[in-house]
Amino acid sequence: MTTAASASAAGTALAAKPATMAQALGRALRDAMAEDPSVHVMGEDVGALGGVFRVTDGLVKEFGEDRCTDTPLAEAGILGTAVGMAMYGLRPVVEMQFDAFAYPAFEQLISHVARMRNRTRGGMPMPLVIRVPYGGGIGGVEHHSDSSEAYYMATPGLHVVTPSTVEDAYGLMRAAIASDDPVVFLEPKRLYWSKAAWSPDAPTAVEPIGRAVVRRSGRSATLITYGPSVPVCMEAAAAAEAEGWDLEVVDLRSLVPFDDETVAASVRRTGRAVVVHESTGFGGPGGEIAARVTERCFHHLEAPVLRVAGFDIPYPPPMLERHHLPGVDRVLDAVARLQWEADN
Amino acid sequence: MKKSNTAVQELPDAGAYMPTPPPAWKPRTDPAPLLPDTEPYRVLGTDAAGRLDAGLMRRLYAELVRGRRYNAQATALTKQGRLAVYPSSTGQEACEVAAALVLEDRDWLFPSYRDTLAAVARGLDPVQALTLLRGDWHTGYDPREQRIAPLCTPLATQLPHAVGLAHAARLKGDDVVALAMVGDGGTSEGDFHEALNFAAVWRAPVVFLVQNNGFAISVPLAKQTAAPSLAHKAVGYGMPGRLVDGNDAAAVHEVLGEAVERARRGGGPTLVEAVTYRIEAHTNADDATRYRGDAEVETWRAHDPIQLLERELTERGMLDDDGIREAREAAETMAADLRERMNADPVLDPMDLFAHVYAEKTSQLREQEALLRAELEAEGER
Ligand SMILES: Cc1ncc(C[n+]2csc(CCOP(=O)(O)OP(=O)(O)O)c2C)c(N)n1
Repeated sequence: MTTAASASAAGTALAAKPATMAQALGRALRDAMAEDPSVHVMGEDVGALGGVFRVTDGLVKEFGEDRCTDTPLAEAGILGTAVGMAMYGLRPVVEMQFDAFAYPAFEQLISHVARMRNRTRGGMPMPLVIRVPYGGGIGGVEHHSDSSEAYYMATPGLHVVTPSTVEDAYGLMRAAIASDDPVVFLEPKRLYWSKAAWSPDAPTAVEPIGRAVVRRSGRSATLITYGPSVPVCMEAAAAAEAEGWDLEVVDLRSLVPFDDETVAASVRRTGRAVVVHESTGFGGPGGEIAARVTERCFHHLEAPVLRVAGFDIPYPPPMLERHHLPGVDRVLDAVARLQWEADN
Repeated sequence: MKKSNTAVQELPDAGAYMPTPPPAWKPRTDPAPLLPDTEPYRVLGTDAAGRLDAGLMRRLYAELVRGRRYNAQATALTKQGRLAVYPSSTGQEACEVAAALVLEDRDWLFPSYRDTLAAVARGLDPVQALTLLRGDWHTGYDPREQRIAPLCTPLATQLPHAVGLAHAARLKGDDVVALAMVGDGGTSEGDFHEALNFAAVWRAPVVFLVQNNGFAISVPLAKQTAAPSLAHKAVGYGMPGRLVDGNDAAAVHEVLGEAVERARRGGGPTLVEAVTYRIEAHTNADDATRYRGDAEVETWRAHDPIQLLERELTERGMLDDDGIREAREAAETMAADLRERMNADPVLDPMDLFAHVYAEKTSQLREQEALLRAELEAEGER
């Protein structure tokens, strides 16, 4: 363990614990840039400002404007030029400022980023990371709270990952940058300021992309969740305990690829499952997850796989968002609908 | 034509391949020159100020004073937690007000999220204009009633809408003009370029107003464009570009007025770049000290749109102390009313979440509606 005094300049603030998720993400970018000169960060306001969430704070000072670039304000242009940079051997990490502002870049994402490897028979991989702050719960005005994961998941060729803890934010970001395929890195906005006692100078596990983790083990039912809904499920599990319910919480971490094994193993143990996310339910990620679980665990299931999701509405204005976002109560209600056995 | 058995087809004379020369290309615009002036157009402090209309100027002045007060009041409301966020247009009031005043009732305004003031100057209820930023609904008014499109947050996406609306009005034979507002940063988006191109090709009655206030959040104009000016961008699309001092209310009003008039009589679109400055931070959530120094802000404070107009009008005897006092009093009245009405928590019905997703609710939405109703009842019983 290093002390605060021996930490590098960018790490000084971080070595003092606790660290936030935003800081851990920034540190991952910094370490990747320091190790590999082909890693470039670009986007709107990522330089002097350090990004509107300060994730890229300090990078321009340490690596200069060629490595950490304030681009013109054009998402299609940002991602499109990143494609060209990746063609020439760089590893761009681009920032989309907010979830709903990534949409102008979808043409590049879907028509080129996602399928470049395939259309060139492996000749032209796309090792780039697209960072997207996503989700609600921060009182943002219109267009600042979308959960767009279903769009990304529906596009073959993209990895889609999302951390829920400070450690995972670091580890997953390092794995995403190291990946030789494009990764859509969804950053849960409302967890940016969540803190953990984490030292950037202590080794942090870098899990390969595609592994889920059991955040809490239990015997009565599995809550399958990810990103911003993980803390909600942990809270629900704690609340359920008082009533004798023993819930397991699986944090997916990676939506594509999907860790069928961890999820199925958990549901086989518990026999019941609820998928929880704040993205819309209809046509949302939960449908895919519930179907996979049913296919693999049909004979172990004691109840249908349920979903707790955001309503099927455009993201509401901040004053009403609490009614839209799945909270602890809505999760517990779903758990109750799993027809609880008396022996729990 | 005789079928040839040979593998190589007979080629016609090379001469047949000579393209007929195209007719000399002419821009389809009015006599208005495409290239903007190299210096922003000014009226205040020049001889041109001699021919100003005193009545119009007093109206402009009163609206500027009211607008400044509105910005200050809205900013104060963010500090009291009454607004989620407020992107202030302090320093840019001349653009906001002129944009509203050059339009007729039947015309349309297409504002960005920073242009609340333009909407208010056009006559929108100040509280309705703040609904989006308070967070009770996304748009606090009926756009068709007000002829004001919803305040637009995704950058530049309102510009093609303005073109389409203006085009539709013309197809219907209505002499309606659309004025669309965008920031300097927004001019980098693809939508900006596509909108300009459509407008020029269709000769749509649209005026594009770029408020170049120096920054897109933290990014200065030099990192946004390498063009000599944003007004220059018009040339490539085949429409006139005008460069104007955005803090000179008389100049902005004149230039926009000409552009609106040209559009109305079928002369096609114009791109106007108003050079101005954002005195406050991007929003209350932004830390402007990270990307700009105080000295720059002070230079622009000295070029304040209200002071510029006030000085000119008082020197020319078009405005006296009474006029100034009246404008300030009217502004205070507006601010007091705004404070009072924003002081109450809006009463919201959560069931509204499902009311306007479709003309008719889907069965899924009806299920979700029932779920929320049950939750609310349970909450009420607790
Ligand atoms: C498509 C899109 N990308 C990013 C953003 C985030 N964003 C909001 S305002 C802003 C800067 C806009 O600058 P400018 O166009 O100059 O207008 P100003 O704020 O200066 O009025 C950015 C990047 C957005 N609203 N829309």
